[in-house]
Amino acid sequence: MGRGMKRWMLWLPLAVFALLFAVVAAGLFRPADRTVRSAMIGKPIPNFTLPGMVPGKPGLATATLTAGRPHLVNVFASWCVPCIAEAPQLMRLKAMGVPIEGIAIRDTREDLLGFLRRNGDPYERIGDDQRSAVQVALGSSGVPESFVVDGAGTIVLQHVGDIRAEDVDDIAAAVRNAK
Amino acid sequence: MMAEAGLAALWFAAALAALQLVMAALGLRAASGGPRASTGSARTEEQDAAAPTTVRAELVEGREHQDVNTEILTAVRPIAIVQGLMIAVAMAMLIGVFLNSDMSVKLVVENSHSAKPWLYKFAGAWGNHEGSMLLWVTILGLAGGAVAILERRLPERTLIATLGAQAGIALGFYAFLLFSSNPFDRISPAPADGLGLNPLLQDPGLAFHPPTLYIGYVGISVAFSFAVGALITRDVGPAFARAMRPWVLGAWIFLTLGITAGSYWAYYELGWGGWWFWDPVENASLMPWLAATALLHSVTVLATRDGLRAWTVMLAVVAFSMSMIGTFLVRSGILTSVHAFAVDPKRGAFILVLLAIYIGGALALFAARVGTVRAGNSFELFSREGALVANNLLLSVILGVVLIGTLYPIVAAGFGVQLSVGAPFFDKTVGPIALILVAVMGAGPLLRWRRDDGQAVAARMMWPIAVACFVAAGLVVFASIGILPLLGLSLAAGLAIASVAPLWGRNLRRTPLFTYGMVVAHLGIAVSLAGMASDSAFTTETLVAARVGEPVKAGPFSVVLDGIKPVVGENYSALEAQLTATRGDQTIVLRPQSRYFANPVTTTNESAIATRWDGQLYTVLGQPDDQGRWQLRLWWKPFVTLIWFGGALIALGGALALLGRWRRAARTARREEDARWAAA
Amino acid sequence: MAALCIALAAPVLADPSTPPAALAYTQLRDPAQEATAKALMETLRCLVCQGQSIADSDASLAGDMRSLVRERIAKGENPASIRAWLIQRYGDYVTYDPPLSAVTWPLWLAPIVLLAVGALLARQSFRRRPR
Repeated sequence: MGRGMKRWMLWLPLAVFALLFAVVAAGLFRPADRTVRSAMIGKPIPNFTLPGMVPGKPGLATATLTAGRPHLVNVFASWCVPCIAEAPQLMRLKAMGVPIEGIAIRDTREDLLGFLRRNGDPYERIGDDQRSAVQVALGSSGVPESFVVDGAGTIVLQHVGDIRAEDVDDIAAAVRNAK
Repeated sequence: MMAEAGLAALWFAAALAALQLVMAALGLRAASGGPRASTGSARTEEQDAAAPTTVRAELVEGREHQDVNTEILTAVRPIAIVQGLMIAVAMAMLIGVFLNSDMSVKLVVENSHSAKPWLYKFAGAWGNHEGSMLLWVTILGLAGGAVAILERRLPERTLIATLGAQAGIALGFYAFLLFSSNPFDRISPAPADGLGLNPLLQDPGLAFHPPTLYIGYVGISVAFSFAVGALITRDVGPAFARAMRPWVLGAWIFLTLGITAGSYWAYYELGWGGWWFWDPVENASLMPWLAATALLHSVTVLATRDGLRAWTVMLAVVAFSMSMIGTFLVRSGILTSVHAFAVDPKRGAFILVLLAIYIGGALALFAARVGTVRAGNSFELFSREGALVANNLLLSVILGVVLIGTLYPIVAAGFGVQLSVGAPFFDKTVGPIALILVAVMGAGPLLRWRRDDGQAVAARMMWPIAVACFVAAGLVVFASIGILPLLGLSLAAGLAIASVAPLWGRNLRRTPLFTYGMVVAHLGIAVSLAGMASDSAFTTETLVAARVGEPVKAGPFSVVLDGIKPVVGENYSALEAQLTATRGDQTIVLRPQSRYFANPVTTTNESAIATRWDGQLYTVLGQPDDQGRWQLRLWWKPFVTLIWFGGALIALGGALALLGRWRRAARTARREEDARWAAA
Repeated sequence: MAALCIALAAPVLADPSTPPAALAYTQLRDPAQEATAKALMETLRCLVCQGQSIADSDASLAGDMRSLVRERIAKGENPASIRAWLIQRYGDYVTYDPPLSAVTWPLWLAPIVLLAVGALLARQSFRRRPR
C-alpha cells in the first residue's frame, strides 16, 4: 500500500514496534504486583452481622467496629496453612494491646477450636462467615488477610498474606494512629 | 559419546551458520554493482499463464548474466544444506541419548526415566526447554536447507540474501543453546535413574503439539527471511511472492492444526465445557495465525496482480514478530494464564533481545528500503483484489485488537491499575469485525480479478444472501438466541453456500487443485463458525446433586448415576462415576473421574464426553455432599464438534492449495526447461 | 496454546472442608434468571485462580461468588449493579469487561482507531476512478 506515502511514515512501524517492545520489556523487568488488593481502603466497613461459633466468644458485627475504638480485623481459617505461621505474630500484637477481631472463613466449630488450642487465641470476637460473604464484602480474596479499621469504622489499611515478625510494629502503629 | 557428537554437530552447525551469513553478506556486497530490479519480478501469474514460452526463455537468460560474483554466491547454497544436516544430526543425537536413557546427560536425568514408554522417551527429548529450542533450530536449519535445494525461480541474489537472513536467525538461537541452554551437558556422578517426565505431560498430545507449532513458526521465519532478502535486493515482486507462498501456506496449515488441537485439548481437560478463553497463551498462538492468514492472501495479490508490495513485506515481518512475541509471552510468564508452561524470566530476556535485533533490524531495513521499491499496481475497489485488501485490513485490525487487549493489563499496571481484559472485551470488539470479515469472505471468491460489475456480483451472491436471510428469519421466529450467535449462524449458512459457489458451472475435473483448497478452507470457516455459534446459542447446562439411580435431565438425554467406584491409576487414585444416558432408544455409558494425585497433592476432574452426530454430551463428576448425593455437571452441546471439524477442514484446504501450487510450479518449471531447449 | 492446565494441576495447599454454598453448583429455577446469572458469572474474574472466570473454576471463593451472584439475581437485582458492587470491593480487576475509565478508554477506542488507520492505508491501494 505504498503509493503517496510520506517518507517519515515508513518509520512508523519501527516506532510502533519500539513502543510494543517497551511494553513487553517493562512487563519482564518490572513485573507487576500480582497481589489482589481491596478497593475498600478509606471507605466505611460494610454492614454485617456474623454469629459466633466458639462457646463463650461473641460473633462480630459492624456495630463493634464503629464504636470509637480502632481494631485489627483478621480474616482467617483453621484450614489455612499460612494462618498457623501468622498466629504467633497475632499473639504478639494482642500482647501489645491491639484489639483483634476474627472472621473465620468456611470453618467448623471443631476445627476452629483445635486451631485456637494449638496456635493460641488472640481474638476478642470471632464471626462465622460460612459463605465468604463478609470476606467478599470487604474485598478480601484470600486467607489470611488483615484490615485496620479506625474508631469510626473506616478501613485504613489492608495487609494481604500472613503477618510476619517484621510487619508487627507497622501494624501496631497503624492501629494506634487509627483513632 | 553420543552427547559429545551431538554437541560437536551443534557447534559445527553454528559455525556454518556464521559462515553462511558472512558469505551471503560478502557475496551481496561484491555483487551490488549488478542490475537491481530483476526482469523476473515484474511478471505476474496472470501474465505467466498467458506468456508464450519465448518470453520465459528470455527471463531465464536474464537471470544468468545477472550474477557477478558467482563464486561466493554459489557457495552459500551448499553451506545452508550442510548446516541443515549438521543440526539434524545434533537433534538425532539428543533423541538417541533419550532413547538409550543415558543418565550421564543432565537433561535426560531431569526429564526422563528408564522405565518410561518408548513414545515418551522419544517425545521427552523436546518436552523440556533445551530440547524444544534444539528442535526449533533443527526445523529452522532443515527449512534453510530445503530453501537452498528447492528454490529455483527466485533471482539468485535475492535467494542468497534470504539464506543470509535465515543464517542470521539461526545464529541467534544457536548462541542461545550453546551459551545458556546446552542440551548435552553431562552430569557427574551419573545417578542410577532419572527423575521422570511430569505425569501430566505424558499425553500423546505433547509428542505432537510442540513440533506442530514449531513447524508453523519456522515456516513464518522463512517467509520473514524471504522478505528481508527481497528488501536487501529491492526485489519485491511476483517471483518473490511465489517463492514465499508455499512456506506461508505450510506454516499456516500447521498453525491451524496446532490451534485446533490445542483448543480441543483445553476443552476436554479444563472440565467446564469451554473451548476458547481469550487467555494470553491462546492469544499468543492466535496472533501469528491471524498474521499468516493475512499474509497468505496478500501474497496471492502480489503473485497475481503485482500489488501490495510493501504491505506484503510488512506482513511477513509482522507475522514473524508475532510468533516471537508469542513465544516470549508463553515462556516469560509476564501474563497470568490457565495454561502452564516452564516459565523463566531469564529466557524471556534472551528472546526479547533476539526480538529486538531481528524485528527492529527488519523494520529499520523496511523504512530505509521500501521507499525505493517501485510501487505496485493499484486496484479497482470492486474486484477480487479489492476484497483481498478488505480481508487484509480486517484481519490486521483483529490482530491489532487481540495484541492490544492481551498486553493492555501490562500498560494499565504501569499506571498503577490492575485490569482484566477477557472474553467480554474480545467478543464485543473482535466479534463484529470477524462477522464483517466472514461476509467479505463470502463475496471475495465470487468477484473477478481486476474489475467486476456490481449487478453481476449481486446475481452471483443471490443464493448465499437468500440462505443467510432464511436462516436468520427462521432463528428469529423459532429460537430466542443472542445477536452474535444469530448473526454467526446466518452468516455461516450464507458462507457455506458462497464458498462452494466458485465451483458452480465449472468443469470440476479441470478446476485447479488450489481452487478446491480455497473452497474447502472457506467452507471450514463456515463450519467452524456454525459450531461456535451453535455452542453458545443452544448449549444446555445441568448442575445437580444426584442420588444413585435418580434420573436427571441433560438436554435431550436422561442421565442416571449408576454408581461410584474407586479406581487406581499409575500415579493417582480416582473415583469413577458410571453414568447411563438415554435418548429415545439410544443408550450411552460415560465414566467421568475425579482424580487424586499424591505428589504433588492435586485433584483433577477427568471429563467424559460422548460424541454423537448432532453434538456432544459432556459430563463431569464433582464432590459428594453430606446427604450421599454427588455433584454432577452435565452439558449437552449441539454441534459443538463442528468447531474442530471446521478447523481440520481449514487445514485440509491449505494442504490442497499447497499441493496444487506445487504441481503447477512443477509444470511451469518443466515448460521453462522445454523453452530453454527450444531456444538453444 | 499448548501444554497443560495448572488450573487443575495446581497444588492445593489447603481447602475448606465445609460444603459448597447452596447456589455454587445449583442453578436457579427460573431459566431466564439462570441465563442472566450465568452470563454475568462468565465475565467475573476468579480472584484466586490463574486467569479463569468464576463460571469455570472449582475454587471455593469462586463457588461462593457464584452463589452470591445467583442469590442477588434471584432477588431481582440487575447484573450491572452486582458488577458495580463487586468493582467497589475489588477494583476493575474483578471484571473481564473493563469499565470505561481514564485508563481504559484507549483500549476501547483501539478497534475504531485501527479500522480508521487501516482504511486510510488501504485507500492508497485503490485506483481513483476517472470522472
